[in-house]
Amino acid sequence: MSKDDDETVSSQKFLASFQEPLKPVYTPADTEKTDYACEIGYPGQFPFTRGVYPSMYRGQAWTMRQFSGFGSAGDTNKRYKFLLEKGQTGLSVAFDMPTIMGYDSDHQRAQGEVGKCGVAVASVENMETLFKGIPLDKISTSMTINAPAAILLAFYIAVGEKQGVSSNKLRGTIQNDILKEYIAQKSWIFPPKPSMRVITDILRFCTDNVQKWNTISISGYHIREAGSTALQELAFTLADGFAYVEYGMAAGMDVDAFAPRLSFFFNAHQNFFEEIAKYRAARRIWAKKMKNKYKAKDEKSLLMRFHTQTAGCSLTAQQPENNIVRTAYEALGAVLGGTQSLHTNSMDETLALPTEKAVKTALRTQQIIAAETGVTDTIDPLAGSYYIEWLTDRFEAGAEEYFAKIEELGGVVPALEQGFFQREIANSAYKYQKEIETKQRIIVGINQFVEDGKPDIDLLKIDPETEKQQIAGLKKLRTKRDNTSVKNCLANLAKAAKCSDNLMPHIVNSAKSLATLGEIIQVLKSEFGEYREPPTYW
Amino acid sequence: MKKKNIRVLVAKPGLDGHDRGAKVIACALRDAGMEVIYTGLHQTPEMIAEAALQEDVDVIGVSILSGAHMTLLPKIKKLLKEKGLGRKLLIGGGIIPEEDAKKLNKIGINKLFGPGTPTGEIVDFIRKQTSVK
Repeated sequence: MSKDDDETVSSQKFLASFQEPLKPVYTPADTEKTDYACEIGYPGQFPFTRGVYPSMYRGQAWTMRQFSGFGSAGDTNKRYKFLLEKGQTGLSVAFDMPTIMGYDSDHQRAQGEVGKCGVAVASVENMETLFKGIPLDKISTSMTINAPAAILLAFYIAVGEKQGVSSNKLRGTIQNDILKEYIAQKSWIFPPKPSMRVITDILRFCTDNVQKWNTISISGYHIREAGSTALQELAFTLADGFAYVEYGMAAGMDVDAFAPRLSFFFNAHQNFFEEIAKYRAARRIWAKKMKNKYKAKDEKSLLMRFHTQTAGCSLTAQQPENNIVRTAYEALGAVLGGTQSLHTNSMDETLALPTEKAVKTALRTQQIIAAETGVTDTIDPLAGSYYIEWLTDRFEAGAEEYFAKIEELGGVVPALEQGFFQREIANSAYKYQKEIETKQRIIVGINQFVEDGKPDIDLLKIDPETEKQQIAGLKKLRTKRDNTSVKNCLANLAKAAKCSDNLMPHIVNSAKSLATLGEIIQVLKSEFGEYREPPTYW
Repeated sequence: MKKKNIRVLVAKPGLDGHDRGAKVIACALRDAGMEVIYTGLHQTPEMIAEAALQEDVDVIGVSILSGAHMTLLPKIKKLLKEKGLGRKLLIGGGIIPEEDAKKLNKIGINKLFGPGTPTGEIVDFIRKQTSVK
């Protein structure tokens, strides 16, 4: 083999995920254009590359927040208490598919799906059971809910009130990121335009009434899980974030009135250094754009606070115990990247929802990182690494190139209507799969160190009675509530939907009257219509 | 005479939007020379059976990750039979526990592929099964 051939081989093998060849070693020459004060700086100071707070984990460890929900509200309530007892510090609700799509559990389309990949919550009553014995003024709750986010927030507000906790004391997050639904997770209800109206109504309502609430969790997680690269995750998520800022400002709000309550949600995938650089670049890009382009004055508007979840798509059904190790490395990356909260996947999640035992090991993984590894002692300890700083710069530059492309297409909404993001993600997903099949990418247990036989592992089963009981409960609710009051509340909501009145107070009233999720959504569907995606696979 | 290409309907029933697998499989089958028709998301069993009939496919491949497989797959099988498509190859993929997979095999779902299956294995299976028929 000639020397040239040898170089070709090695440059093919050592490639960043954004397709740039990697050098064997990085030196000051690779970062000489990076001005320390302007681009890196100190934690808690612009451009926040090193972290959003001056003390970071010395002040307080990240929130340990396991995404959790299955079966009935009662089943999930028990799981929450188990997790809190084991030292979890925040809650995160996983809803079932009917709830996510705005169907009541007794709707025909909900058949077979109730309580399967999350918990069924169709009314204030279900929400009350979900948080029974959990004081809402003491804990923060994140809800992974998008198209019907306004309604689940209204349910939560109503339950808070019943517990004697006023809405301004509630702390938590609704995901409420509809743009990434069209782009990646595909759980939409209304078309983009009315969806964005619902979101700006939520922003406005929370600014006055639920002041500690994170109103949108702008999410790259699902974009990555759908198959994007790290750079696409970074660029598309930030583009979505800027789109929300622009919509909010176009609706007449001051940027500093709502931007401090925007938060983010990223994936923690396997390429350790790239992931750390991705988070650092994300903070820097957000701060710069918010300050320079959107002219935010409040420093809180510049802070990118984010939740992280380890990569579900990196887990394997084969030799599932190996997933504990994968998750630990991914979680370490998220912590070194300065996350504010973290979910660690359980080893059995490619096979089913996690068992108590599996989720406990996942939580313990975070606790071990926090207590035993020493990585929390100093802030952003990888800063100044020539490689990390070079990667951070490259991610920022690559994201800027994507922003320019998106702008050329007319912005985020026109770009998604043209299928731009969807195509980019599908192509990356297929490329990733081909890399595995040609062994350019090695996954232990999949294409190397393969073992025969099925994994010997206990799996969580959802009781088939759950669906029947949930349906029976809903039927009872519909007969015992004051149906005239329900009708009036829904009629007022319909009126508001026809004009530009804020929908939120009407949704809260409907929720309190015990109108169900599906009934409220149906009113909005009649006015807004439903979104359909053209079925293309490339 | 040129041999007719195998026609495959790649279908996404149920309410979940996890289309990464369906799309990757669709691309792999296309690259293996098959004609692929993709239904798009959120399809009911009725929509899938109707599409299988209208598109005159040889194979129906169903991707399901929402846990509703024990409700939706038997329904699809039943509707295909009613339309005279009971002998078409019906395969699936997704997160389907083994004991459920066994039950589904018994009612005529020909094969279920789990996470981590190489796409080549699915291509080979389809080729083999459709040439037998």
